[in-house]
Formats: sequence, structure tokens, C-alpha cells
Amino acid sequence: MSIQLKSVAVAGALAAALSAHFVLPAAAEGDMEKCFGVALAGQNDCAAGAGTTCAGTSKVDYQGNSWKLVPAGTCMTMELPEGRMGSLEALERDIPKA
Amino acid sequence: MFDAAPNHLPPAPGVGYKPQHFQALISDAAPVRWLEIHAENYMGHGGRPLAQLRHLAERFPISVHGVALSIGGEADLDTDHLTRLKTLCDWLNPASFSEHLAWSTHDGAFLNDLLPLPYTVQTLTRVVDHIDQVQTVLGRKMLLENPSTYVAFAETSYDEVDFLTEIARRSGCGLLLDVNNVHVSCINNARDPVDYLNRFPMNAVGEIHLGGHDEDRDENGASLLIDAHGSPVTVSVWALYRQTLSLSGPRPTLIEWDNDVPDWPLLRAEAERAAGIIEAMA
Amino acid sequence: MTQTQFRTALLTPDAPVPAGVIGPTGQSSAKRFNVYRNNVTTGLCRALADNFPAIRSLVGSEFFQAMAVEFVRACPPNSPLMAGYGLALPDFLAQFPPTQSLGYLPDVARLELAIRQSYHAGDHDPKAGARLGTLDEARLMQTRLRLAPSFRLLISDWPVLDIWNAALSGGPKPRHQAQSVIVARPAFDPMPHLLPTGAEAFLQALIDMATIGQAIAAHPDTDVLAVLTLLATTGSISEVMS
Repeated sequence: MSIQLKSVAVAGALAAALSAHFVLPAAAEGDMEKCFGVALAGQNDCAAGAGTTCAGTSKVDYQGNSWKLVPAGTCMTMELPEGRMGSLEALERDIPKA
Repeated sequence: MFDAAPNHLPPAPGVGYKPQHFQALISDAAPVRWLEIHAENYMGHGGRPLAQLRHLAERFPISVHGVALSIGGEADLDTDHLTRLKTLCDWLNPASFSEHLAWSTHDGAFLNDLLPLPYTVQTLTRVVDHIDQVQTVLGRKMLLENPSTYVAFAETSYDEVDFLTEIARRSGCGLLLDVNNVHVSCINNARDPVDYLNRFPMNAVGEIHLGGHDEDRDENGASLLIDAHGSPVTVSVWALYRQTLSLSGPRPTLIEWDNDVPDWPLLRAEAERAAGIIEAMA
Repeated sequence: MTQTQFRTALLTPDAPVPAGVIGPTGQSSAKRFNVYRNNVTTGLCRALADNFPAIRSLVGSEFFQAMAVEFVRACPPNSPLMAGYGLALPDFLAQFPPTQSLGYLPDVARLELAIRQSYHAGDHDPKAGARLGTLDEARLMQTRLRLAPSFRLLISDWPVLDIWNAALSGGPKPRHQAQSVIVARPAFDPMPHLLPTGAEAFLQALIDMATIGQAIAAHPDTDVLAVLTLLATTGSISEVMS
């Protein structure tokens, strides 16, 4: 191999870091019944995402209500500078006129 | 061509498995006798869903219930999906496999609902061909479930019981009799559910479903029942279940509760109620 | 009645009931047909909401529901596996006028997709990375890593992990910084982790099966110890090939 490899002398430090880590008991092994980490309130089966049902719904809700189309969640409180903020003011420029 | 016995589920109550009941199920000293899963929720490659299922399958006979094969679809069956079903069934070797007399995919769009079919010669031929394909690929006999319907079709020329009877006769499949669907569809289509049951080919029934429905009315004030699976089985459906068992004898019976899923004790109580009816009939 | 007509009417709210679809007395009934319209639309909207809890939190439930109706009509699923529904949502969020100015939303949606894909991915031995700590320098430089099926890398110009944390667990307000994220699944629960700054190209080289030595040579400014420690201790590695 002709590539000149820069020596970073990483093996020793890596061995130290990993031996400290892997001496701990393996976390979460066999935790079949538990939801943690990304387990969030209201989520079905932890991070599984949507499942199926063979049921219908009686709540009639198929009509769009486009007059309400303004984000109103926690994006309102994001403070990202320079036109990247999630403020209501910044948004209103983009709302299509009804 | 296939094993004469449509399935190996015990003639006792089971429940639709929900992951939130995993702990209760494995720690319950006397849980239900079998579980049903929706095939499409176990088509990932690993992780918790398959680990839970592997664990449960050591303790419970499992029924695999597909909800997305679109057996009534006008187009050819989705062979990728059929392959996923085969992979799951080969791995799990379930006690039963069932699907619906319905369609859900068309022009590449999956609509996530069990949509209705006109009962015509054309539909009959197509459904029988698709069932034949499924049974050949899976190498096992399947059960076909009667649907809940909210509309009918002007072009329909078969009564639903006659239609299902003919499908079972031609394809060799068994039938899954959803008693709640019988009630919902008969009320919605102004038919008599007792007459429906009296004419149903009970010798082909490998499994029974029970579930809750919601009540509404159409614009003319006529009853419109919705198959919602979000509440207890109703009094009228329990009565039809007794009628069914008097005709069929004991059968594997599933409590389906998919929405607003209750805590385990309430679901178990529904299953015990079904068990009491089976035992009283025996 | 064909299924094309039925399908088109289902996804078009003001379309008439298809001809030949009738109620018990033989007349057409919009209310009965609308049960199917409702089942399809709300069922898919619910699936989308289940799959994108952080996006729902960021834009609010009411807005999410209204947006979901637009999305499911524009992009119905092309697969029956509902846990994967929404692959098209990041691009939709980028061009949907009311969310266009929230430039970070698409990457938050991509992170949610990555976590969900990781959850359903194939299993591996989460301790496979421990072998990295047993190699001498020369062997280490010639080693290639196979990353786990549940491993995902998301490169972002936004503080995507901080926003995700703030949206779902009320974490601190994000500061403006680019964050690239790896998702790894040691057992059953995928976890997102911050990738050390500037390590994207080095990691991508490892993903592309460069040896560790080749990756260092190509990207010499990377904090190699931090990246390798992160990969090994988060269950990101399925095989150390030396």
C-alpha cells in the first residue's frame, strides 16, 4: 500500500476507553417489554411507528381546514437566528392568501 | 392440495395482541389460549417486534391475520408483499393465516382500509385466483374473512353468503366468520343477520371474530354501524355469537380491540365472557 | 364502478359518490361512502402522526392534522407497511408554503425516519465494537468496520438533535449550530447521538469500507479517538474486520 498513513497513536487510548465501557454489564439486553430511551408518551410500541388495524373510525374528519394552516407548536419558541427562526411573524409571509 | 384442517388454533378465546399487553400476558398465570397478530406489523428485519413475537410464540399458538394483501384488488397481487408474508409464515409457522374479502391497494397506492367489492362473477373469479396464488406461495390453507360494509353496488349479483360459500368451494380456503361484521353489514344493508348465519357454511369456519362497533345514521335516518374495534362487544353481537356457536359448535374466537386499547384485565374479561359462552354450549 | 373511480373519489373530498355505489334502498348515499373516505384519510393521518411525534409537537397538533390531510392526498403510501409511511414528508415540508420558512423541519423529519428505520432493522451483536480496543496501532489502521443494519447517519446544517430533544422531552432551547447525528440501536431502542464536529467525511469513508488508516489519511483533522469510541460504545458496529 502506497498511501502514507499519518500515525495518530489512537490504539492505546481507544483500548483504555473501550475497556472501561465494556466492563459494565450490557445495558438493556433482553429488555423486550420495556420502553425507554426514545420511548415517548403517546407513542405506540416505543419507536415502532404506526401499526395497522382492521378497524374503521366513526369520527368524520376527512375535510381539510386549510384556513387553520399556521404552525402553532413549540416551533414558535425556537430561537434560531437570521430568518431561520420559527416565529409566527416569520411565517406569516408564506401563508397563502385565502 | 392443502392440509384439510384449516388451522390449529384451540376452539377457545384468543385476543388481538397489542405490545402494551406484553408484560401482562407473560406474567398472567391464566392468560388467553392464543393470540392473533397483524402480519404487517411484523415485517421488519429485527428488533423488539420480532423478539417479542418469538417469545410469545413459545407460549401461545399464533394466528397471522393479514390486513393489506388486497385480495379483492383488480390488479395482480403485490408479489413483494406476498413474499414478505411467506417469510413471516415460514419463520413463525403460525397456527393459522387469514385475510379479508376486500381491497386496499390500487395503482400503487395503499389506502390503509378494507374497501368493498361488488359481488359479481368477475370479482369471484379474481378473488379465487388470488387465493389460489396465496395458498400456493404460502404452502398453506388460508381463511377468508367476511367484511364490514357501508355501501352496496348496483352491479352486485350474488348474496354475500352465497359469494363466500362459492369462493370457499372453488379455492378450498376456509372462512373466518366475523360476527360483528355480520351484524354491521346486515344492519347497514337492511338484511337479517340471523338468516345470514343460518345460511353460512359453518363447516368451513376456522375462526370467529368478535369486536365492538359504533352507531351512526345516514342522511335518511337509517342505521349506519361502523366497525370501529374501539369498545366492548355489544349485546346484539353476543346474541349472534351464541346463535353462531349453536350452528358451528366450539370455534377459536378472537376478541378484536384495535382502537382505544383497554388495559389487559378488561380485554381478558371480554375473552372470558366468550369462554363462558363456549363452555355453556359444549 | 372500477377501483380507479372508487380510489379517486376517496382522495377527492368534493367528488360525487361513484356511480353504482348505493345504500340499502338502491339510492346513492354520500354519508355511507364518506365512511370509507373518513377511514382512509384519518387512518393515514393517524399513521403519519404516530410516525412523526417531534414534527407534530413542533407545529402543533391542529396544524399537523390539517397538513397531514394535504399530505396523504398528495402522497398516499406506496407500501402497506405503515411504520415506514412518510418517506416523502421531509421534501413535502420543504415545499409546503406554511412550513417553507421552518427550514429545520425536513431534517427533524429525517431524524424521525432514521429512528423508526433503526427500530425495525436487523439485529446484530452490540458488543462487536469491543474488538477495536484489542488491536495494536498497525492492525487498527488496516481495519475496516461494518456498521450495524440499525445504524443511521444524518448530516444536517441545523441543530437537529437539540430541536428533536426540545420537541419531545422539553430539552433546552437549541442554539444555532450544525449538528450531524448518528442513530444506533444497542438492543431494542434506537438512540440518536451527536457526531463530533467535522467527522462526517471520515465516518462516510468508514461506511464506504475504507480502512481506518485510509480514512485518517483522507480526513486528517478528524477527532479519530472520539469517533471510534462513539461507534464502539453505542452499538453502531456489527463487525470489526482486521
